[in-house]
Amino acid sequence: MSDLHANTHDAHADHGSHDDHAAHGTRGSYLKGFFLSVILTAIPFWAVMTGAFKDPSTAALVVMVFAVAQIVVHMIYFLHMSGKSEGGWTMMALIFTIILVVITLSGSIWVMYHMNTNMMPMQAAADM
Amino acid sequence: MSAIPMKDGLNETEKVSFYDIDEHEHPDGGSTMLGFWMYLMSDCLIFAVLFAAYAVLGNSYAGGPSPKEIFELPLVAVNTAMLLFSSITYGFAMLSMEEGRQRVMQMWLVFTGLFGLAFLSIEMYEFATLIHEGAGPTRSAFLSSFFTLVGTHGLHVTMGLIWLVTLMVQVQKHGLIAANKRRLMCLSMFWHFLDVIWIGVFTFVYLMGTLR
Repeated sequence: MSDLHANTHDAHADHGSHDDHAAHGTRGSYLKGFFLSVILTAIPFWAVMTGAFKDPSTAALVVMVFAVAQIVVHMIYFLHMSGKSEGGWTMMALIFTIILVVITLSGSIWVMYHMNTNMMPMQAAADM
Repeated sequence: MSAIPMKDGLNETEKVSFYDIDEHEHPDGGSTMLGFWMYLMSDCLIFAVLFAAYAVLGNSYAGGPSPKEIFELPLVAVNTAMLLFSSITYGFAMLSMEEGRQRVMQMWLVFTGLFGLAFLSIEMYEFATLIHEGAGPTRSAFLSSFFTLVGTHGLHVTMGLIWLVTLMVQVQKHGLIAANKRRLMCLSMFWHFLDVIWIGVFTFVYLMGTLR
């Protein structure tokens, strides 16, 4: 049993990058991420619920910026993302996924918006 | 001409191979974390498609209620808080796991489960209220895409809770062995990932829906 354990440990030493990912944050880093998340959640909710911004598109932009900031906070403090974990492969997968997500979202919205305006003028006018 | 026999000789001594011949030992489960991350990224694409569907259909009310009329932001804020609390308690569970304190870890996992359960209960209450008000998934394209997107997230949380209970039983039975630690780390990623998706949901669906 102890032999097996030593063996696994040796193999682990060869793959420094594996240990890297297992490394977790500290109590401090978790709390820091938590408080940042609370602030980044509270502000957009407050802004929308009180109607702090007169212009809805300005408010939408502000809310989106806070969402992106909070996603980054979660990635760093809770998911422990870094360019070094798993030899950079998790970061590569993440970047690839983000590209696909952006293409899917912007493509769908763009195409369908034009379909609406070009093919159903009455409907589009009614939606306005 | 002389190059050909030389090449032949080389082939005889050193066979060309297209795979790793001197296979070295990989630690058990050494690639699990990367593999699980790949799964999460593919799951992310599922949600991207559902978000896209909601973005396209979210304006089609078919004469039914608009987001502003049916969304209750205080309820969503409480829900968001529940999920955020469950994230930090899971984080503390992972810290206890690293320290090898099994009982403390189990306690934090219980808190995580309770917060997750609270989140699900509030979401069920919200869904039930909407359906009761006649704003069910069959009412309009907006509501269909809303229930699909938020419901899929809720289903993920449900699966996460089942997984959580399973792992707590496993740890109680076999202790903090390497395999259990690995599983707990996978669930940790899954749980935090669901919180990231929820950020997208409350921003794009609830907050921006209310602004429209």
